[in-house]
Amino acid sequence: MTQPTAGALLELSGVRKRYGQQVAVDDVSLALREGEFLTFLGPSGSGKTTTLMMVAGLQQPDAGSIILRGKAVDRLPPYKRDIGMVFQHYALFPHMTVRRNIAFPLEMRGTPKAEASRLVDEALAMVGLPHHGERLPRELSGGQQQRVALARAMVYRPALLLMDEPLGALDKSLREQLQLEIKRLHRERRMSVLYVTHDQSEALTMSDRIAVFNDGRIEQIGAPADLYERPASRFVAGFVGETNFLTGEALGRDGNGARVSLAGVAMPVSDRFLATPGSRVSVAVRPERVRLSTTGEGVPAELVDLIYLGNARRFVLRLAGGAEWTALMQADAAEASEIEPGQTVRVSWQGMHATAFPM
Amino acid sequence: MRGRAPDPRFWLLLPALLVLLVTFVLPVGGLLARAFTQPEPGFQNFALLWERPVYLQVIWNTVMISAAATPVALILGFPVAHAMAHGSPRTRRLLIFLVLIPFWTSLLVRSFATVILLQRRGPLNTLLMNIGVIDTPLPLIYNLTGVLLGAVQTLLPFVIFPLYSSMKRIDPSLMQAALTLGAGPVRAFLRVYLPLSLPGLMTGATLVFISMLGYFVIPALLGGPQETMVAQMIQDQIAQLGSWGVAGAMSFVLLAITAGLLALLHKLVGLKAVAR
Ligand SMILES: Nc1ncnc2c1ncn2[C@@H]1O[C@H](COP(=O)(O)OP(=O)(O)O)[C@@H](O)[C@H]1O
Ligand SMILES: [Mg+2]
Repeated sequence: MTQPTAGALLELSGVRKRYGQQVAVDDVSLALREGEFLTFLGPSGSGKTTTLMMVAGLQQPDAGSIILRGKAVDRLPPYKRDIGMVFQHYALFPHMTVRRNIAFPLEMRGTPKAEASRLVDEALAMVGLPHHGERLPRELSGGQQQRVALARAMVYRPALLLMDEPLGALDKSLREQLQLEIKRLHRERRMSVLYVTHDQSEALTMSDRIAVFNDGRIEQIGAPADLYERPASRFVAGFVGETNFLTGEALGRDGNGARVSLAGVAMPVSDRFLATPGSRVSVAVRPERVRLSTTGEGVPAELVDLIYLGNARRFVLRLAGGAEWTALMQADAAEASEIEPGQTVRVSWQGMHATAFPM
Repeated sequence: MRGRAPDPRFWLLLPALLVLLVTFVLPVGGLLARAFTQPEPGFQNFALLWERPVYLQVIWNTVMISAAATPVALILGFPVAHAMAHGSPRTRRLLIFLVLIPFWTSLLVRSFATVILLQRRGPLNTLLMNIGVIDTPLPLIYNLTGVLLGAVQTLLPFVIFPLYSSMKRIDPSLMQAALTLGAGPVRAFLRVYLPLSLPGLMTGATLVFISMLGYFVIPALLGGPQETMVAQMIQDQIAQLGSWGVAGAMSFVLLAITAGLLALLHKLVGLKAVAR
């Protein structure tokens, strides 16, 4: 058994789950600190929901341990775990009014009537639906229903709030509005939240830390800036934020750092990963780190398209070798560069902004 | 005033409507009418039903036997419907197949098979005695037990399918939500699942009860004299006594009970919820 991490509200170690031959979750370990907003980010089918279900007690792990507030909960059924859960499709009880839905967890806990009624009022006000208590769920819009689900999962102040793609069924502007509301509630109530999404921008905006899932495993866990600036794998670099990739050959190190041969040009990369000279690597550069010039050093490329974004310009490039890249430039820098579509340019970057992943 | 031409699709319904009219509405209407016309116009047939305790007794038996079969069928059918609604597609196909098998054999054949199974020295009693559960054969036939055992197996599809259609509309995450909100499995079931399967329960109960009211073969083969039901009595009146008037009056009472129940159900849950 591993020792519990100090200050951890929830700790998973070596958790596995299989469905028949299909490995859904493979050796997941992580710790959630008190008051933290931790997000599971990953493509569909990567094991996020299954992991969340095991934390909730709705699925049993095949191996590993789950520790909540210092106690192993492996044998504890969901209704004794002191958690709240928000589902993607709201899961409101259709035969109960909004009030009765929100009062349900209080009733299950034997909260006295008057106290329960006060807490329900408070919860309704908290999610901005003070006058909707007597409605049935089907009489509300999707966004309102999810607010009610949020109120219901929070009204009894559970130790941990779980949310499985809670905004997945809503349209974009509503989603952004609710992202801010959930963040506000997290801040005001100092809740601990485990949040699931497959939307990387949602994860970046909302989270204190993000665990990137791929194929049932956690590829990397860290603050949004860590993931974005120092991705631990090619998968993370590609999944979190936008990235350009180019395959090349490792050249080794010199006084200024590591170098990689790309389309026959020696280009600088950070020395975070040490590849044996001669081995193939995949170099990743963020669009906003790409520099374009008409003269000097760099990988030759043709400017295919220039997209106007108002405050910025997006340059679509075809590099020697055929890879398509994009470069993002602020409006004034872009105008100063005076590059036109059809023109041949040189693509370059600072070594610290390029990562060469071994292949 | 000129009526609008009917929807052309109406003509497609016409053959079925005609068959119903000729083979159902007219003869049943005729039988019911005889309650008021034979042997002479008036209400004397109903007076007779009221005066002879045996008639009232049979009507009462019929209602009570049907009322006893209903909860048995619901309780047995509920878990089957649940497995059908929430199990894997394989489970669902298998169960639908099993539930439908009885429709492939004639009711008469099945009832005789049940007679053989349940009789004093039949396989069931022999088995129970051989494994030492009982010393003397259980009276499983020619009594209420026999009628209920025989009836319930034929009635199960009528509860299973309406329940299944209610249950498959219940989002499984509702039960998961109830569990995470602090409800144990029993309370989650009583507070969430059961109310949501109510339309199916009501439909199933009504279908079972109403079908059972008209049962003939099963009480005749599996019941004793105590379990004589209205349909048997109607048959006796016509085939043995030739009194079409009394038979008509009994049919009328049966129909009135059925209609009354449907009206009550409509008031309680709305036929719309049932027909959905
Ligand atoms: N109940 C289940 N039965 C069988 N396989 C399942 C079940 N739930 C999930 N899986 C499989 O486990 C893997 C992980 O699924 P899931 O945890 O739902 O991923 P995510 O939430 O990241 O989309 C997927 O390959 C999925 O097909
Ligand atoms: Mg999921």
